[in-house]
Amino acid sequence: MYGIPEFRLPKKIVAKEVDTLKKLGVKIETNVVIGKTLTIDELFEMGYEAVFIGSGAGLPNFMGIPGESLKGVYSANEFLTRSNLMKSYLQSPETPIMKGGKVAVVGGGNVAMDAARTALRLGAEKVYIVYRRSMEELPARREEVEHAEEEGIEFRLLCNPTEILGYNNPDDVRDPKNGFVTGMTCVRMELGEPDERGRRRPVVIPDSEFTIDVDTVIMSIGTSPNPLIKSTTEGLEVNRHGGIIVNEDGLTSRNAVYAGGDAVTGAATVISAMGAGKTAAKAIDEALSK
Amino acid sequence: MYKIVEKKVLNPTVIQLWIEAPLVANKAKPGQFIILRVDEDGERIPLTVAGVNKEKGTVKIIFQVVGGTTKKLSYKEAGEYIQDFVGPLGVATHLDGLRKVCIVGGGVGCAIAMPIAEALHAMGAHVTSIIGFRNKDLLILEDEFKACSDVLRVMTDDGSYGEHGNVTVPLKEMLEAGEKFDMIITIGPLIMMKFVVATAKPFGTPVTASMNPIMIDGTGMCGGCRLTLNVDGKKVTKFACVDGPDFNGYEIDFDEAMSRGRMYSDFERHAYENSCNLFKKEVQ
Ligand SMILES: Cc1cc2nc3c(=O)[nH]c(=O)nc-3n(C[C@H](O)[C@H](O)[C@H](O)COP(=O)(O)OP(=O)(O)OC[C@H]3O[C@@H](n4cnc5c(N)ncnc54)[C@H](O)[C@@H]3O)c2cc1C
Ligand SMILES: Cc1cc2nc3c(=O)[nH]c(=O)nc-3n(C[C@H](O)[C@H](O)[C@H](O)COP(=O)(O)OP(=O)(O)OC[C@H]3O[C@@H](n4cnc5c(N)ncnc54)[C@H](O)[C@@H]3O)c2cc1C
Ligand code: FES
Repeated sequence: MYGIPEFRLPKKIVAKEVDTLKKLGVKIETNVVIGKTLTIDELFEMGYEAVFIGSGAGLPNFMGIPGESLKGVYSANEFLTRSNLMKSYLQSPETPIMKGGKVAVVGGGNVAMDAARTALRLGAEKVYIVYRRSMEELPARREEVEHAEEEGIEFRLLCNPTEILGYNNPDDVRDPKNGFVTGMTCVRMELGEPDERGRRRPVVIPDSEFTIDVDTVIMSIGTSPNPLIKSTTEGLEVNRHGGIIVNEDGLTSRNAVYAGGDAVTGAATVISAMGAGKTAAKAIDEALSK
Repeated sequence: MYKIVEKKVLNPTVIQLWIEAPLVANKAKPGQFIILRVDEDGERIPLTVAGVNKEKGTVKIIFQVVGGTTKKLSYKEAGEYIQDFVGPLGVATHLDGLRKVCIVGGGVGCAIAMPIAEALHAMGAHVTSIIGFRNKDLLILEDEFKACSDVLRVMTDDGSYGEHGNVTVPLKEMLEAGEKFDMIITIGPLIMMKFVVATAKPFGTPVTASMNPIMIDGTGMCGGCRLTLNVDGKKVTKFACVDGPDFNGYEIDFDEAMSRGRMYSDFERHAYENSCNLFKKEVQ
């Protein structure tokens, strides 16, 4: 409900799916954060016989460049959440989000395309996608890229941000404009030798620095799994990226604890998450019927 | 839906509610917070757990009316319900091993500090509380602090109650007189916490500051609550909702946090006025 924008997956469809589940007899408990409100072990104590973890992709990554804490820099998660969950696409949003101005989205995945197109819909006058490799390597689906181009989003390829610049009035520390984004410095890249996965590695072109004028920067460079469930569930093993390790049935290293979706694979797709859910449901059913 | 079982107005802008939320009541520790939504279209706001009653399954929150959402919440009466109430979130304040502590609270930050003072008192630690308010009308929780503090200093900016001056005055006095605290725990406006750190620095007393940046999900998903720490000369980004809200006061980049805190001020004034207008209409 809160990542994928309305224009891509209407909330109505999600709501209908949820309704179907409820009709099947599924009880949905909201406002429970596993690892905080309750732990996996407590669920077993409460009488549940199996648990499936589908906690999604997790914490947004930042680049670690200067200026990322300026006002007007968002993770794609925050930007899309603000615009979605808080319905800033409707007329009476109570959760604010910036509108208008020029926006740079850093990254080249589907989420970056969504963020860019959402920014446009929120009234941005200009939206750039800044990606460090070329169009060929762009990980977003072709279709998404085409939509974005059609809508007038400008692709700044083979570019990598090195610093985000902010307003700073040296004469007035109380100037309300202080600390807001004014631009972003990037370097041009060229493609060098292929890396171990065969993707050509981007290399910085010396002395190629330039600045683009923007008021908003949206970082869309992936996520790392939220450690909350792992850190509160003893014996739950994760791989070196923090993804939960499962077997072909979706069973984790813990007895009767299953997992699937982005929490296992890292950011992937709705279809694969649904598939993983079904596989695990079948395995759980078999295990419990024994 | 979560039922409001009790409501108490502490001062003209600060309200205390007891809310039925047994799962939260069962787990919450001092320093943790919850996120609530007043109604389905509402903004999610974080508020500190100000106390729990495990038997009744209720959670106490104390909040100051500062904007649209807190205003809306202030209109709710006992017996009414709020939409969402999730928690406890964040890391509990580390209190283990503390024997002598100074709590420095400012304004509604005193509500956040209250359960920490109570927990320390219950542990048998020596508690000094310095609580500061702009003026007498804004004073809250004096009796509660009295009950759990070995030393209590009440300060007002204008001298209309207690002692005249801000909280750093008695703090400095005590430190200069040779008081040795294991820890100073400070909660309040950023500018106040910044000066508490500056006051403690020459004496080398450790300071824990509770950071309340703008939060959205409160579970580490968005990064909106990020702040910068200077750890051994290196800048480190932390998420207040999962890594905090407590941080080592000496490491926090307060200036950046203050700047980020003003990100939406224009917008909020607007939302606040809107909600006032709505209220006016309802009243008519
Ligand atoms: C902007 C964006 C656009 C996308 N576009 C597409 C697209 O067009 N097509 C496509 O196929 N995929 C798309 N994806 C990817 C897709 O959304 C994910 O792959 C899919 O949702 C993964 O499903 P999941 O069930 O694993 O996790 P999620 O859908 O992320 O669900 C995880 C749920 O678990 C909850 N949760 C997390 N931690 C806890 C906890 N500790 N306790 C309780 N609950 C918890 C979360 O609140 C959330 O509701 C997009 C993703 C984003 C962010
Ligand atoms: C971990 C944490 C614990 C908190 N505990 C308490 C508490 O116990 N009692 C209390 O009175 N207040 C507490 N706050 C602050 C409280 O969340 C804000 O006052 C509230 O969100 C304001 O909402 P509003 O719509 O009424 O005001 P707005 O008009 O939205 O904002 C008014 C002021 O509140 C700040 N603010 C707005 N939204 C948020 C947000 N989501 N998170 C933090 N600050 C925000 C703004 O910077 C602004 O200065 C806490 C904040 C955090 C992060
Ligand atoms: S509030 Fe979203 S990451 Fe902390």
